[in-house]
Amino acid sequence: MSGAQATGNDYPLAHTADHAAAELLTKRIIVGFGFWIFLLSDIIMFSAFFAAYAVLVNQTAGGPSGRDLFHLPYVALETAFLLLSSFTCGFASIGAWKRSDLWFHTAMAATFVLGAAFLALEVHEFADMIAQGAGPTRSAFLSGFFSLVGCHGLHVTLGLLWLLTMMAQVYAKGYRPDIMRRLLCFNLFWHALDIIWVGVFTVVYLMGDWQ
Amino acid sequence: MLGKLTWDAVPFDQPIPLAAGALVVVVIIGVLLWIALKGWLPYLWSEWITSVDHKHIGIMYTLLAMVMLLRGFTDAIMMRSQQAIAFHSNGYLPPEHYNQIFSAHGTLMIFFVAMPFVIGLMNFVVPLQLGIRDVAFPTLNSVSFWLTATGALLVNISLVVGEFARTGWLPFPPLSEITYSPGVGVDYYLWALQISGVGTLLTGVNFVTTVLKLHAPGMTYLRMPMFCWTTLAANLIIVAAFPILTATLAMLLLDRYLGFHFFTNEAGGNQMMFMNLIWAWGHPEVYILVLPAFGIFSEVVPTFSRKPLFGYRSMVIATMVICVLSFTVWLHHFFTMGTGPEVNAIFGIASSIIAVPTGVKIFNWLFTMFGGRIVYATPMMWSIAFMFTFVIGGVTGVLLAVPPADFVLHESLFQVAHFHNVIIGGVLFGAFAGYTYWFPKAFGFRLHEGLGKAAFWCWVVGFYLAFMPLYVLGLMGMTRRMQHYDVPAWHPWLLLAALGAAVILTGIILQIAQLAVSIRRRQELRDVTGDPWNGRSMEWWTPSPPPAFNFPVLPQVEGEETYWGIKQRAFQRARIRDEPIYGDIEMPRNSPVGFICAFFATFMGFALIWHIWWMVAVAAVGAYITFVVFAWRDRVEYVIPAETVARIDRENRAARSAWIATGQMTS
Repeated sequence: MSGAQATGNDYPLAHTADHAAAELLTKRIIVGFGFWIFLLSDIIMFSAFFAAYAVLVNQTAGGPSGRDLFHLPYVALETAFLLLSSFTCGFASIGAWKRSDLWFHTAMAATFVLGAAFLALEVHEFADMIAQGAGPTRSAFLSGFFSLVGCHGLHVTLGLLWLLTMMAQVYAKGYRPDIMRRLLCFNLFWHALDIIWVGVFTVVYLMGDWQ
Repeated sequence: MLGKLTWDAVPFDQPIPLAAGALVVVVIIGVLLWIALKGWLPYLWSEWITSVDHKHIGIMYTLLAMVMLLRGFTDAIMMRSQQAIAFHSNGYLPPEHYNQIFSAHGTLMIFFVAMPFVIGLMNFVVPLQLGIRDVAFPTLNSVSFWLTATGALLVNISLVVGEFARTGWLPFPPLSEITYSPGVGVDYYLWALQISGVGTLLTGVNFVTTVLKLHAPGMTYLRMPMFCWTTLAANLIIVAAFPILTATLAMLLLDRYLGFHFFTNEAGGNQMMFMNLIWAWGHPEVYILVLPAFGIFSEVVPTFSRKPLFGYRSMVIATMVICVLSFTVWLHHFFTMGTGPEVNAIFGIASSIIAVPTGVKIFNWLFTMFGGRIVYATPMMWSIAFMFTFVIGGVTGVLLAVPPADFVLHESLFQVAHFHNVIIGGVLFGAFAGYTYWFPKAFGFRLHEGLGKAAFWCWVVGFYLAFMPLYVLGLMGMTRRMQHYDVPAWHPWLLLAALGAAVILTGIILQIAQLAVSIRRRQELRDVTGDPWNGRSMEWWTPSPPPAFNFPVLPQVEGEETYWGIKQRAFQRARIRDEPIYGDIEMPRNSPVGFICAFFATFMGFALIWHIWWMVAVAAVGAYITFVVFAWRDRVEYVIPAETVARIDRENRAARSAWIATGQMTS
């Protein structure tokens, strides 16, 4: 749209072949911008869960507290998997820009494996806590904990589904401009999950262990 | 197999909801049959249901709002009549039914009348005003609309299958917890709002991106019409506030479905947290509604005062100040809950401060009118009535912002009168002004002025009759949501309020008549030039109704009110500008993805309400497959050839040349 310019006829010339390249760039900017706005709203949703957790953190109702339940080395391993997956996700993005199938699919597969490993550890942690009688129904603190961490886990799950869909799509359709825009959004999404996890790790696990 | 759903869910013993529901079903089937017999189903499918055109989506939003207004108003008149006769008696509505009615009334009016009305007008108008062809994400826009429609459908299904919430328009715990509300009513409320909330959030993303990133060449931010600014502000608030609603309702859902303890009485749950979270969304929500209405008045008042808007930049600043301040006042909704005098004082002062930018706006509209040649067309009448009415509502709001006064008036009918005063007097009057103002742009003919003015007077008189008594009753100590009472002094005032509701009903009937009569007489009401009101902003440059591509070439914007300047020059030179060089235009193709997605969302919502887990899974898979199929499509756009563009534009140019040849700018 902004590729237009005034002509002698005091009318702008828009939507002609000359502007196709500018148009593509513009679309990429618009889609990226829109997705950023969505991510900001998602972060606000997380902030509501963070706030609820912060309000309820001491409401253990006689049950276990974070100090009794969290194992920092275990969570550090989880964190390492997730942060590494962001790294490989970045590689996948470079691979797509280089139009290298090998690079792209390998890096995406690595991202999937790391993300799935993170998720497996989280599910195991949850199952372990529930088995100890420290499930989300035990106390308000645990409700807040399971919701906040679980909400992040749900995002990772949806992200993994999205990741597989993108791999299939690139395999079937190649690196079309619209698919490249979707890859851009997927990258933003995956990195945003990292940022949120940094918050979860700090507010829930580190601060919980210090209490 | 069907979870909690059994034949007991259908209220065979309650004739009123069953008859109402049967009527709705008969009307829907009748309309569909009529359309099918006329052979219009393909047209309905290709031009409306699958349309990604912002104009069509805007019209569908507005239609949804108006239909739901009838539904919400039915609830209102039932409440008014119940209270009119429930003096020393139980009236005709049993308490459990009465409670559902006031809950449904608030929910419908806010989420499925006010919201779709303002979003519909935004959809229709903003791309035209910005001089662009569509919103940033047209298909997403269709998804937004259909998810909103899903929410409305779920609320209406609750009329005949199961029950609706009895917990008020906001489900305060612990009453809304499973212990005290074991039925499906609260679940209907929660899932309807979660699903339509996703739609609203996507609208927010779409419009923030559209207003900030898509412009005609030369359309800088400070050249945008005020309605675009208020749309931006409202959608920024949507993006920042709706996720809080989603999170809060999710917490309540977790409490109800999985036994969590966010807001319960036991195990450390905290009901105050619900209050804080819900109002951190709830107060910004009122500005989501009223800011677009302010934008509408900022378009209508200059047009019918024949003057540019007074103090455009101060209006922009006031809008953005309200946008920010809207997030700083939520606590005034629960002054009485013991947060302490310091906190109450801060929020009381913040609440009063919001009156300042709002006052700036009121004065700007007054100064716009000052010295102008005012045309008392129906949209202008709504605007003037708004200024009177909204100031009263604002003043009572400032009164309620004073914590000691709030302690006395909290949850009384004074408060009910206040928020109806600002929402009817602000949002609804604005929506009606916009509806009348832009109707000719949407359909190519004006609404009948005489019936419009008759409806206007009924609404305004009815509003004052219905709600001024509530102020008095509030001061007399009557609390809200009373199913019956035995204070003799209240009775005459409640009779008066019921009379007011009847006058409003007359107004609504006149509005329906206005629409019917206008459609019948559309030839004599036809808008030939595309500029029936002698407008000032870009939407009046297009023919009525505008073609799919809006503008044959993207307009070059040179300042505020570019179109007004071009029109002036055309009249001075007695001819319109040279014909542009037409080119092919690419437009997004229609897509059924929004409709199919809403189809699955409806089943998913219904299944979640009734615990039919297999259906939840099927619907989720269906929605996912829909998106994958959509993502796999190869052709995204279709091309409108230059000849078609030229033909359509030449028709409009001919009509405008004829108008300019008359030498009369106003008829």
